[in-house]
Amino acid sequence: MKFRALAAFLALATIAFPASGPDEAKAKLFHAKLDKDEQILHALDRLTFGPRPGDVEQLRALGLKKWIDLQLHPESIPENPVLEEKLKPLASLDMSALQVVQHYPSPQLIRSIAMGKEKMPEDPLLRASVTRLAARYKAKKDDKNADPNADMEPLKPLEELLDAAQIKTLNSGTLDEKRLLLASFQGEQLDDLIIALPPKLRGQLVNAASTEVRRKLLLMQNPQAVISYDLVVSKLERAIYSNRQLAEELDDFWFNHFNVNYDKGADRFEIPTYERESIRPYVLGRFRDLLEATAKSPAMLFYLDNFQSVRPDIDAKAKGNRPKRGLNENYARELMELHTLGVNGGYTQHDVIEVARCFTGWSIEEPRKGGGFIYKDKVHDKGEKIVLGHVIPAGGGENDGERVLDILAAHPSTARFISRQLAQRFVADNPPPALVEKMAKTFLEKRGDIREVMKTMLSQKEFWSQGAYQAKVKTPFEMVASSVRALNGDVTDAFALSNQVSNLGEPLYRKLEPTGYSNLNAEWVNSAALLGRMNFALALAQNKVAGVKVDAARFSTDPKEIARILLFRDLSVPTQTAIAKALDEQQKDKAPSPAMVAGLVIGSPEFQRR
Amino acid sequence: MTTRRGFMKGSALAIFGVGAAPAWLSRSVYASGLTPGKRKKVLVAVFQRGAVDGLNVIVPYGEKRYYDLRPSIGIPANAVVNLDGFFGLHPSLAPLKPMWDSHSLAIVDAVGSPDPTRSHFDAQDYMESGTPGLKATTAGWLNRALPNETGKLSPVRAVSVGSNLARTLRGPNNAIAVGNLNDFQIQNAVGSATFESMYENSLDTTLHGTGRETFDAVKMLQSIQKQTYTPAAGVEYPKGKFSQSLQQIARLIKAEVGLEVAFTDIGGWDTHVNQVGGQPVDGQMANTLKDFAQSLAAFYRDLGDRMSDVTVVTMSEFGRTAHENGNRGTDHGHANYMLAFGGAVRGGKIYGEWPGLAEDQLYEGRDLALTTDFRDVLGELVAGHLGKRNLGAVFPGYQPKFRNLLG
Repeated sequence: MKFRALAAFLALATIAFPASGPDEAKAKLFHAKLDKDEQILHALDRLTFGPRPGDVEQLRALGLKKWIDLQLHPESIPENPVLEEKLKPLASLDMSALQVVQHYPSPQLIRSIAMGKEKMPEDPLLRASVTRLAARYKAKKDDKNADPNADMEPLKPLEELLDAAQIKTLNSGTLDEKRLLLASFQGEQLDDLIIALPPKLRGQLVNAASTEVRRKLLLMQNPQAVISYDLVVSKLERAIYSNRQLAEELDDFWFNHFNVNYDKGADRFEIPTYERESIRPYVLGRFRDLLEATAKSPAMLFYLDNFQSVRPDIDAKAKGNRPKRGLNENYARELMELHTLGVNGGYTQHDVIEVARCFTGWSIEEPRKGGGFIYKDKVHDKGEKIVLGHVIPAGGGENDGERVLDILAAHPSTARFISRQLAQRFVADNPPPALVEKMAKTFLEKRGDIREVMKTMLSQKEFWSQGAYQAKVKTPFEMVASSVRALNGDVTDAFALSNQVSNLGEPLYRKLEPTGYSNLNAEWVNSAALLGRMNFALALAQNKVAGVKVDAARFSTDPKEIARILLFRDLSVPTQTAIAKALDEQQKDKAPSPAMVAGLVIGSPEFQRR
Repeated sequence: MTTRRGFMKGSALAIFGVGAAPAWLSRSVYASGLTPGKRKKVLVAVFQRGAVDGLNVIVPYGEKRYYDLRPSIGIPANAVVNLDGFFGLHPSLAPLKPMWDSHSLAIVDAVGSPDPTRSHFDAQDYMESGTPGLKATTAGWLNRALPNETGKLSPVRAVSVGSNLARTLRGPNNAIAVGNLNDFQIQNAVGSATFESMYENSLDTTLHGTGRETFDAVKMLQSIQKQTYTPAAGVEYPKGKFSQSLQQIARLIKAEVGLEVAFTDIGGWDTHVNQVGGQPVDGQMANTLKDFAQSLAAFYRDLGDRMSDVTVVTMSEFGRTAHENGNRGTDHGHANYMLAFGGAVRGGKIYGEWPGLAEDQLYEGRDLALTTDFRDVLGELVAGHLGKRNLGAVFPGYQPKFRNLLG
C-alpha cells in the first residue's frame, strides 16, 4: 500500500506540477512526510544493512528516538555473540602489520627465505607452506621449464595419516562426509593432514571445511590469501550480523572515503591495521582525528606514495646517473580533492605543491616489512610554505603536516563537502542544499564532530521525507547483505558469498582508484548489474548460493505474505501481477515454489532500493 | 567485393559453423537498419584510465630535452620502435607497428582536454561527457553520437563492456552494460519472463528503463550465446580483462546484431613511482602497455576485412609531467596522445603540431602543451565515420576542427 501510495504520489506530482519540471517536483517531495510505519522502515533501510525478521517490531517497541540514540552510541549496544564467535578465528584482524607480514609472508619474503636471507617461520604449518613454496621457487629458478604446480613430497605421506576408506571419502565423499572427517582432526594431527594433502584436494576441501580449517588450507596454498580472506569475511559478517549497524555502515562509508587498495604493494598487509586503528575508532568521532589517523597510516602513506616524497633539492648536488629524488604530489592532491575540500573547494595547483612540501618526511619505517609511521627530518622541506593563504613558517618540521590538517579540517569547504557526501549516502543522490548547509553548520560549530553532524541530519524533516524514502539504489554490498538479512540466512562461508558482491561490480577492498566506490544510483543501475542481481536473487532464495544457507521453503506460497516477510512493505502492482502470472503458469505442471517467489521478490525493482 | 548476401553467408558459417543460419538471419534486419545493402559503421572508444604517460608511449626520442627531463625513466633512442625519425613507439607497442606500416594506425599527439584540471575524476568526467569544464552534462558524448534514426532500433546499438555502464555511454539513447556475453541472461525461463514483466511495468523511473533495455538485449543476444566464439585463424587474444572486453566487442560486431558504438577501458596508468623497470621493456607501465597493444592488435586482426567498417579510438584523461618526479615516476600533467585505426583512418602518420619540450614551451612550465582538442578527433570520427550530421548536439558549445584524419 505504502509503495503504491508513493508511486501514485510521484505520478500525481509530475502531473500536478507540469510547469515546474521534475526537479521542483522532487524538491517538494523532501517536504512530504512519512507515516509512522514508513519512518521505521526508512530508519532500518538507511541506518542498517536492511531489516531482518523481527527488526521492525523491535524498533517499534523501543521507539525510534531511543533506537537511533543507541545506534549513535554503538559502544552501548552489546555485540551479537554469534558475530563475535564468527570473527574469533580471523586472527590477522588483530595483528600489527609486522605480525601480518610474519604470519602471512609475501612471495618476495618467501623468495628471501628460499635464498637464506630471512629466517624460516616457527609455526609448523606455515613452515611447511613456506618450505613448499620456497622449494617451488628454487625449482623454477633452476629450471625455467619446471612445472610451477608441481608439489614437493610431503613430510608424512597421506597413507600414514588416513586409511583407504578415509582417503576415498576425502576424494569422493559427500560434502557432509568430508566435513565430518575433517572435523575429527585437531591440533598437530590436523596440521599434518593439511600438509600431506595434494594441492588439488586442498582446494576441493575448502567447501567442506570450518573457518579454522579453511584458513589453514589457504595458508598452505598461499599464505597471503589469508589476509584478504579475513578482511572480506569480517566485512560481510559484520554487515550481516552486527548489532551496531550504523557503526558498520559508517565504517564502510569512511573506509570508502579514505580508500586504499588491497592490491597495491604494502597495503596488502597494512589494511587490517588501517581499518582497525585508523578508521573504526573514529567513525563517529572527530573528523580531525580521523584525518590524522589516515594521514599517518602506512596504508595511506604507501597507497598515495607520500612515504617517498622528499624535498625537491635533496639530490641537487648529487653526481652520476642515480635518479634524483624529489616531491610526489599524489597524496597532497587527493587529500584536498577527495578527503577534505572537494575538487571545487578552492585550492590551486600551487597549493598542491605547497601541501606536498609540508608532508615531505611523513614516511614509513621499513615499508616492505610492516613498519610504522616515521617522520624523516632529513628529507623534509624546511622552507616557508603558503597553504590556502596561510603562512606556514620555515622550520616547522613534522608540525607542517599537522598545520595543513588543521587548516583543512576546519575549512568551510570541508564541512560542506563531508556533509554532502554523508547526505548522498544516507539521504538521496541530490540531497536538499538546505539540509547539507545545516549539517555543514554543525560540522563547523562542533569542530568536526561526526556524531553531531549525523544527529543534525537525522533530526531534519528532509531525512524523514518522501524525497528520501526508497530513494537510494542499494550498492552490490548492500544488496547482498540485505538479502541475506531479510532471508535470515546462515552464512557458512562469507568468502564464497563475497564472490557475489564482486560479480555485481564491487570487489571488497579492491577499488583501485582513490575515489572509492560511487555513492550514486547511476553507478549501480545498468543491464549487466541488474541481470546479475536477478540471478543472484533466484539462486539465493533457492539455496543455491555458495556460502550461505537459507530456508525459503518455510514460507507460504502467497506472494503478498512473502513480500511482507522480505520487503517489509507491500509489493508494487506490476511486481505482484507479474508474480501472480508466473504462479498461474507454473501450476500447470508443478506446485509453485515459495523459494522461487522469494527469489522473484528479492530480484524485484523494489528490493533494489532502500 | 562480395555481395552483402555472400558476405553474410560466409561469415555466418565462419562464426557459427554449419546449420546455425536461420535464427541468426532474423537479426540481419538490424545490421542493415534503414539503409539496405549497407552494414552499420561501428565506433569503438577505449579509455586508458589513470592518465597514461604519453611521453613514454609516443616517445619524442629526437628531442634532446626529453632525456634532460627524464634522466632515469626516458626510453632510450635505441629501444624505441622508430616511426618517423623523431618519434618512436615504446617497445611494448611493437605489436601495433604492422598497423602503422599498413597505414591503418594514426597517432594524434599533444592532444587532450583544454580544461586545466589535474584531477583524474574530473578530467575523466569531462572527457567522457565531451564537455570540458561543464559538470552538469548528464549524457556521455558517445551516447549523443548515435545517429538519429527512426524505426526499430537494435537493443544492442550501444554497448559498454564491463560491470558498469561507462559515463561515455550514458544518456538518452538506449545503452547497455555487458560483462560477459554468455552470462547476459536469466538462468531460469520463468524467472526471466516474470522479471521482464515486473521491470517493464514498474513505476520506478530509474529501474524501469534499464530493465526494459536489458530484456530487449537479452532476447537479441540469446542466439549468439549458444555458439562458442572462435577468433579468426591465427589470432590469439592475450589473457586479461581488457583483451576479453575487446573480444566481446569483436564477437558482437561479427554477429551483426546492430552494434554501432562500443566502449571499454583499461586501468593501471597512474604511474607516480617506479614506472620503468631495469630495462625499458620491464616494469609496471611496460607490462600494461604490452597488454594494451597486444589486445588492440588481436582485435584488429580478428576483425580482418570487417575493420573497414570499424574505427577504434583511444584516449586518456590527461598526460603526465614532462619531467620525472622524485620517485622515478611522473605526476599529473596536461596534453597526451590519442590513437585511431580502422575504417577510413589515414594512418602511418602523426597528426597535431608538436609543441616542444623547452621550459617556455611547456604548459605551466611543467607539462606537454596542448595543440589539438580531443573533440577535434572525436568530432571528425563521429561525423565522418558514424555519419552523425549534427555535431553541435554531440559537443555542445564547441565546433570541432577536423584534422583530415579520414581519407
